Amino acid sequence: MSEQIAPRFLPSGDTALVVEFGDRMDRHLSALVLNLTRRLVDAKITGIVEMVPTFRSLMIHYDPLTVRARELEAQVAPLLDGLEGEAMTGARWIFPTCYDGEDLAPDLADVARTTGMSAAEVVALHTSVTHLVYIIGFLPGLPYMGDLPDRLHLPRRTSPRIRVAAGSVAIATNQTCIYPLDSPGGWHIIGRSAVPLFDRRRPNAVLLSPGDTVQFVSVKREVYDDMCAANAEGVFDIDTLRASA
Amino acid sequence: MSGQLRVITPGLATSVQDGGRIGQQRFGIPTSGALDRVAMAAANIIVGNAPDAAIVEMLYMGATFEVASASARVACVGLGATIEVIEDGTTRLVQPAQSIRLRHGARLKVAPGASAISCVLAIEGGIALPPVMGSRSTYARALLGGLDGRVLAAGDVLPLVLDDAEDRGEVRPGLDLAMPPRIRVVLGPQDDYFTPEAVASFLSAPYEVTRAADRMGIRLQGPPLAHEKGFNIVSDGIAPGSIQVPGDGQPIILLADRQTTGGYPKIATVASVDLPALGRSGPGTILNFEAISVEEAENLRREQAHAEAGWRDALQPVSGASTDSLYDANLISGVADAWMGD
Repeated sequence: MSEQIAPRFLPSGDTALVVEFGDRMDRHLSALVLNLTRRLVDAKITGIVEMVPTFRSLMIHYDPLTVRARELEAQVAPLLDGLEGEAMTGARWIFPTCYDGEDLAPDLADVARTTGMSAAEVVALHTSVTHLVYIIGFLPGLPYMGDLPDRLHLPRRTSPRIRVAAGSVAIATNQTCIYPLDSPGGWHIIGRSAVPLFDRRRPNAVLLSPGDTVQFVSVKREVYDDMCAANAEGVFDIDTLRASA
Repeated sequence: MSGQLRVITPGLATSVQDGGRIGQQRFGIPTSGALDRVAMAAANIIVGNAPDAAIVEMLYMGATFEVASASARVACVGLGATIEVIEDGTTRLVQPAQSIRLRHGARLKVAPGASAISCVLAIEGGIALPPVMGSRSTYARALLGGLDGRVLAAGDVLPLVLDDAEDRGEVRPGLDLAMPPRIRVVLGPQDDYFTPEAVASFLSAPYEVTRAADRMGIRLQGPPLAHEKGFNIVSDGIAPGSIQVPGDGQPIILLADRQTTGGYPKIATVASVDLPALGRSGPGTILNFEAISVEEAENLRREQAHAEAGWRDALQPVSGASTDSLYDANLISGVADAWMGD
């Protein structure tokens, strides 16, 4: 589970350096990535422009006019010593989600059929576990979350949709994602959440961070509609979604 | 008092861009920014702005603007770009990459070159739009930056910082936005996901820019690149110029509006010195790739930056026909060579 993996430095051109801990998606690798990110933020190394933590590697974007990859590597390497393989605890969220109706959950029936469960069983299983945010990527504020119970693992849809509605809660492989904006998408849509993942009216426009956890809770359509209305008026209080300690 | 530039015909995907939105990629927000960073810097320097000030970028099709201020000084830069000025009922052609002062009511018709994908228009003093998350660059998918976060439409009015152009002579740097003979790349981070034959083919065969080219990326067509270990990886970061290869084996170069993370193996990354040239590569352009080391890529970028730092001092006055011949003969070759990245 926590075998020692020597990280690799991989160039991605002359403006990004990848520190790769492995090629799998697992919580130990993710913790190493996030803990290295934290160390590098504290180290304030000259020339680092920004960092993008992913499941298994950290991409360090740098300014090649200020620092060279070789120099950067020499400064990052010592920070790998004794890197903690346990994740820091992130924020805990509860996301009311409507798993009802052809418009909000167009793939739920298919997912139920393919996995040999009833729709209610799929929902029960999806809401039974706590989902860890591994990374934010692809679109502003889009969380890739794991790990889905084995019985829900499915490949991506063979033909992606041209337009997936914002708020769609979707599954594929061992993950769940929520589309923050209308966009194309190839995952199976099993519900809709009104939680605004990307909202420029907030000081922190993006709600979730890697390391946060999300508990989905099944709600009736009226609750979803009310949340949408509150959002539109800008009166939705995001703090009501925080799980109490 | 601030000025205005009115959009008469908007073109296909004309948007406000600048040096890019830095520091937001970990939230899934791409950097955006001008596709041709060099053209942006040149246009800005010609009109006296900071190199990464906000400009108007035209993609594929040109656009027509009308000066709604007392006057405005502008510069248009792009490979093969054409510029027409319609003033007092007459139309005249203007060389790209020089400053022009336009009076109130003058119309400016700008178009990217036939083989190019983009060109830029800089306005003296800059565009008076507020930065959003640190940048004025438009990212239309999330309605960020620019004018209401979208591409420009007919009838839009761009607020300008200056209502009247400074009273001074016009200038041109005598530059040449030629394509480098080969696009230099650094192999990786996932070149080991491809067969040795695929890597060899990528570095020797010509690849053509297809019509699937936009601010997000450029899809190429050429000998397919065979994966050795499948074409799905656990998603990781994407750098500017990352060349990802999905299941069909055709490479895609990812540009300013690229997704921040992705799950296809990346055979190589375009060296930052040659990234602006991809903002000149329209459909049909043939690209040849050459592998260089990270150190070489860093050296080339530093040389390019050094040359850029000299542009402001290399500006030449524009004084009628004689300078046109100077431009055509490309006599200021030191600058031109630096632009070609050789």
